[in-house]
Parts: sequence; C-alpha cells; structure tokens
Amino acid sequence: MPRRGSRCDNGEVPRFLSAQPDARLIPLPWSVPLAAWPTEHLVALPRGISRHVVRFIQVGDGVLAAKEVLESPAVHEYRTLQELHRVGAPAVEPVAVVTDRVGPDGQPLDPILLTRHLQFSLPYRSLFSTGVRPETVSRLLDAMVVLLARLHLIGFLWGDVSLSNILFRRDAGEFAAYLVDAETAEMHDVLTTGQRAHDLDIAIVNLFGEFSDLEAGKLLDESLDPLELVQQIESRYHALWRELTGVEEFSGDELFRIESRVRRLNQLGFDVAELDIRTARDGSSVTIQPKVVDAGHHSRRLLRLTGLDTEEHQAQRLLNDLDTYRARYGLGHVEESVVAHRWLTESFQPVVHAVPPELTGKREQAQIFHEVLDYRWYASQRAQREVPLTEAVHGYIHDVLAVLPDEVISNEFVGAGSRTLLNPYDPSQGFADDEEEEEAPFDPWEAAASDPDFESLPAVFDIDALRKLKG
Amino acid sequence: MATVSFRDATRVYPGSEHPAVNKLNLEIGDGEFMVLVGPSGCGKSTSLRMLAGLEEVNAGNIFIGDRDVTDLPPKDRDIAMVFQNYALYPHMTVADNMGFALKMQNVPKAEREQRVMEAAKLLGLESFLSRKPKALSGGQRQRVAMGRAIVRHPSVFLMDEPLSNLDAKLRVSTRTQIAALQSRLGVTTVYVTHDQVEAMTMGDRVAVMKDGVLQQVDSPLNLYDSPNNLFVAGFIGSPAMNLITGRATADGVQVGDYVVPVRREVLAKAKGETDLTLGIRPEHFTTGEDGQGIGVDVAVVEELGADSYLYGTLAGLAEDEKLIATQIVARLESRHPLTKRDTVRLQPDYDRMHVFSNATGDRLT
Repeated sequence: MPRRGSRCDNGEVPRFLSAQPDARLIPLPWSVPLAAWPTEHLVALPRGISRHVVRFIQVGDGVLAAKEVLESPAVHEYRTLQELHRVGAPAVEPVAVVTDRVGPDGQPLDPILLTRHLQFSLPYRSLFSTGVRPETVSRLLDAMVVLLARLHLIGFLWGDVSLSNILFRRDAGEFAAYLVDAETAEMHDVLTTGQRAHDLDIAIVNLFGEFSDLEAGKLLDESLDPLELVQQIESRYHALWRELTGVEEFSGDELFRIESRVRRLNQLGFDVAELDIRTARDGSSVTIQPKVVDAGHHSRRLLRLTGLDTEEHQAQRLLNDLDTYRARYGLGHVEESVVAHRWLTESFQPVVHAVPPELTGKREQAQIFHEVLDYRWYASQRAQREVPLTEAVHGYIHDVLAVLPDEVISNEFVGAGSRTLLNPYDPSQGFADDEEEEEAPFDPWEAAASDPDFESLPAVFDIDALRKLKG
Repeated sequence: MATVSFRDATRVYPGSEHPAVNKLNLEIGDGEFMVLVGPSGCGKSTSLRMLAGLEEVNAGNIFIGDRDVTDLPPKDRDIAMVFQNYALYPHMTVADNMGFALKMQNVPKAEREQRVMEAAKLLGLESFLSRKPKALSGGQRQRVAMGRAIVRHPSVFLMDEPLSNLDAKLRVSTRTQIAALQSRLGVTTVYVTHDQVEAMTMGDRVAVMKDGVLQQVDSPLNLYDSPNNLFVAGFIGSPAMNLITGRATADGVQVGDYVVPVRREVLAKAKGETDLTLGIRPEHFTTGEDGQGIGVDVAVVEELGADSYLYGTLAGLAEDEKLIATQIVARLESRHPLTKRDTVRLQPDYDRMHVFSNATGDRLT
C-alpha cells in the first residue's frame, strides 16, 4: 500500500523552502492534490474569493493557510511576504513553499504556499454574512485605506487590492487590516504617483465588484450603495496621503504648526522619523514635509511601557486609560514606566484574568479590555455612578462575552447566515441548497479546442510552423 | 481604437545611472498586436508601464492617437490592463461579472447589456451569461476576465506577461485564444513577454529590447530572417542562430581551415575589422563534400523524424577546449546518418548567411 506522507508515492520527496523549518509539516500528504486532502488535516474557516485552491490545515495547535499555485508566483509571494514581515508591515506571515510535489500517478503537482493563519482575524465575507451596520462598513473601508497608504509608503505596489485579499482584526472600536495575498505585488524603492493611482483604481473596481456581489447575495445592508461606498475610498486615501506626505507652507511666525503636524500624524497612528524643514532666507516662510513616517505610534509606546502587543487603536485606548489611571490615583509626579507597571498589574491584568478560560477565544485580551471599558462607561451612565472595574468586568463577561462567537479561529461564519455550504472547506463551491444548474451549455471555444483539427499556436519554437502561420 | 507612439520616451529610475528605457521610438499602428520582448531588465515592462501611466516619463513623449498622454493619470488614458483582476464573484451572474465596472461608470443599463452581449459573442460565452460562475472551467474564467476588459471599449489593451501564472497547457490554449480574439476585435494591443515563442506566434510585429534600448522592431519572420544585429540574431530562434567568429580575409571569413566566401562589398563595409561574425541558422547548413565547408567535430546527433540535429564544435579543438567552445548546431536531413566522433564539413547557405561587424554588432549583409 502506498505510504501517505512526506514521500510522494513514486519515491519523490517534496522540498520545503522555509526560513523557519517546522518538522511537523513533513508528514502531511503532499502527494495529494490540495482539493482532495483528507478532512482530518483540514479546518473549516471563512475566507475571501480566490483564483486558486485554498484550504486551512491544522498543524499542531496552529492553523496554516495553504494555497496551491505555480512555483514562480508561490516563491515570489513567499519572498514578498517575508519582506513585508521584515519591515513590520501588516501582512500574514509566510511559513513555507512546498515544491517538487508529485501525485500518485507520477504527475507533478503545483507547489503549495503556506502562511500562518492570523488569529482573531475576520474575512470580510464572514463579517457580512451575519449582517453589518453601515458604520462598520465605513470602518472597514478606513482600515483598508490605512493599509494601502502604509504599504505605499514602503514602496509596495499591490496590484490586486481587494477585500478578499485583506483580513480584518478588531481594533478597539475600529478595524485593523492585514494583507493576505501578495501574488501580484512588487516592491519598489518609491512608488510613482501613477503606480499609486493604479493601485487605487484597482481597489475601487475590485471593491465595487465585491460590494455588488454582497448585494447580489443579499448580504449588504439595503441602505448601502456599492457605488457610494467606493466613491469614499479615493477621497479618504488622498486625504490620508496628503497628511502623511504633503508639503505644508506657513509664515515664519507660525512655527507651532510644525508641532501641530506631528501631533496630527501621531493621532493618526504614525510617528515622524524624518521631517524636512526648509526656511526662507529671511525667515518669512517655512515649508515642512514628512519624509519618513512609521505606522504604530501608539502601539509602539504601549509595547515599550507595558510589553503589550496590540493593534493601534487598542493601544490608543489603553494609553488613554493609563492616563486616566494616573490622574485618578494622583500619580502625575511618578515616572511613566512605573505608573504603566502599576496600571498593568492593577487594572489590565485583573480584567483579562477574570475571563474564564473557555471564553478566551472570543476576543483578544486588549480587545476585551477595550470592550470592558466601553461596557463600564455605559453601565455607569445607566447607574448614574462610577461602576468599579471588577463589577464591570463580571457584567461584561456575563452579558456580552458569553454570547459572542469564538473569533480566535472562527468558523462561526463559514456559511452565510442560516445557509450551509456544500463543502465547508471550500466556500467557492456554493451552498448545499443552491439550485442544481442544468448541464453546462455548449461552449464553442472548448469544443473547437478539443477538435483534433484545432490549430493551436505552436507551443515550442518551430520555424516551419511559424512560416506557415505568418507566411 | 488608436495608434500608440513612443517618441524618445525615456525612464531613468532615481539613483540609477543608466536609463531603464532609453529614447524609445516606436510607432504602433491602429489595431496592431505589438509584442515587446527581451531578457529580464531589458525595459519591456517599464515601457508598457510608461504607456499605462505607472512609470514616469523623464524625457520624451507618449501619444495614444493624437493625444499626448505623457502626464495623464492611468485612468484617463483609455487603456485596459487585461488580466489584472480575474476573481469571479460567486453571487453575480457571468453577465454581471463581465459588466459590473460599466455600472460603476454609470453606463446606461441597455448599453451595458449590449456591450456584454457583444463581448460574450466574441468569447463564445453567450449561453453562460445568466449562469453563476462557480461551474466555469479555468479557460472560461479567463475569458470572463478578458470580457471585463473588452466591454470597456478601450483604445488600447495592455498585457504584461498575462500568461505567466498559468500552467503550460492553459498557457498555450489561452495564447491561441488571445491572438484570435485580438485579430477579431482589432483593438491596438501591446503585449509584454520574455517568451520568444509567445512573441513570435502572437505578434503582428515584435519589438526586441535590450538594456533599455530598442534593438529592432519588425514582423516575426523578418526578425528571424534578417536580424539587425548580433543580439537579435542570438535572441530570436531556437535552437539559436550559430554565431561563428572568424578572421576577415580578402575573399571571406576564415573559420578553422576553411574560408567562408563573403562578397567583397560586404567585407568593404567592415572597414578593416580583422574579425567578423558569421550568423547561420541551423537549417541553413548542408553537409559539404570535397573539403568544402566548416569543419565540425560531432558531439551529439539527435534524430527527429525527417531531420536530425547535429551538435558539435569547430574541428581540431582539444577535448578541454571543446568544453568551453561555442556549440555549433545544424539541422540536416536524416538521409546521411552521422555518429558521434565523426568530423563533418558543414556548408552554409550563402544567400541566407549573415555577416556581423564585431565592432558594432550590426549586420553587414
């Protein structure tokens, strides 16, 4: 009986291209086409639309996304994702490319690109499948625009911007967006205006298609119009890009505007690493332009103070709470790192430790803390008194968290509402209750191609055939 | 539909000393299928992207029709990049998958339907329009993607290595389909590839580029039969043209112990160069008799039906010299079987043989 595992059935052994080899990958059934992998290795998770066969596979305690694709694009994408990872851009982490796969019939199989599944991430289709409020759609668009601008700042030309190629994570009251598909991407030193405009044009067309598709599937709130939604993308992107990179000129007695610009960028979540300041000879005017801006202003500060690794808006919220804590306990004179430590042990940790283990998969810790703060604010409003944190956290766990779906590796939304997928591992196959389509209609092109007399262009260089063709 | 003109179009990347595209002058006719081909880094993709508006044009101009588009943003150039997006939307019909971008542009419904129907007819997808895309084959999906570009009625189609992500089988069939479709549509098309088979079979004309400089633009057969220079001669054709360097004499070019006759007016063009290069296609050799022809030590003979391919090196080389010597390839009729270790005389077809200047690389014949 042929052995299933790392060794393909004809004795060939697949190769793994990986910066961090993981021995647990080796015994997986690489000699089987991905679409036919045994379900014991698969996890049913929601995902966007893909041109390729994509499956989620269980490896140890973790989940990897596996995409079957030709070798050259697989290696290109692996390296591009590695580069994004190296510079700290929000993108999924590449794990390996598995090449030299051979099926049981001896035929070569396409390589598989493996990326790490992003915990607590939500593909847009899963968000929409349970219905989203119009404001939420607006936040998703904001997150996408921030992601696009961040990638453009580092010279990343995406080439296929779409919601399907993004994963969202909750980020306090907002969303943070992560890139999941870099197949068409290119890294440049600096992008030209035309390249950015091109990416933006692609984003607009793709998102219009995706929103129209949601509308056709009755998954888009009726008050939302796909055209109006995508029209916001361009203006939001340009506004953000102007703020991140635009030249600002003012008179020499308005120097406070330098500080204002830096603060505005910080507020947007960016640090200014280099600011180009030019002053007129007579000092009458000043021109400033940020040259290098880095995303993650608040999350870096929170990480430095507390060791907590969070999304940007979560960090902003937690830092605000840290400031409130300092004021509440009169710690204005105490060094910030000392206050941060006290806040961490007296506020943050008691809240997240109060969550029963069976509920920890519902939200990330920082998100739970943010939601508890929200819960406390509303509870205090209702009670006309300051509700203590311990009381709020128990109320939140009971009233909110207990009834939320699991999001650590969420399969709650694999389907759409009450509908069941035909194949839970492959949403592209449609739903079990889809009407059976009649037999495929006549396709004159495919019929012609299968005709033995069909004259295909030569597959290899053949000068005699070329002379016949062009002569 | 429109013509496309590159006029001294130049792109220099910041920090680079050499232009990625250097004074490109290229006129593409209305409805023409122009293929840009060349090795990696030759400037073919950069040229296409300059036309698309993705790369700045540092000097010169680009026209689409009589419009100078040099400084226009991509979306105002009336071009369509084909295959940049071919994700199909599962809840939408094939018709909506093809025509959704027109809706975004507020094209009236009746016109949208008409354009989609026209494209579907061209693509053989008429019977699929009301169906959902989940059951479509790979090739049909590709055609829907082409349909998205066709319904926009652009002046120019741009395709940048569109088949590079397809497996070999689908690549050949899609290549055939694109060529047939372009011919029927008659839309000016600029197509970039590194694959000379794609270039030679699909293009009305092919522009060969190297190091940012256009080497030759011509019909595929002219490129093959009359390459302008050594680069084009070596790049186009598989097996490649034999490029054999010899010493110029009063009557020809001496290769080994044989002087290949070359007309005096051709030799005169060499202006005193001591060495010249002969360019001979493998099929333009015959076996010579009575000591006539270039002496070649046979290394391998590959029998391919009526023909056989002979691979060898110039006669008389030591074994270690053979390892680094330029290989000579000849396509001969299989009537006279050859064996390894034979030494043969190969006679070029003098009317089809080329002589190149070693100083400039240009063809002298």
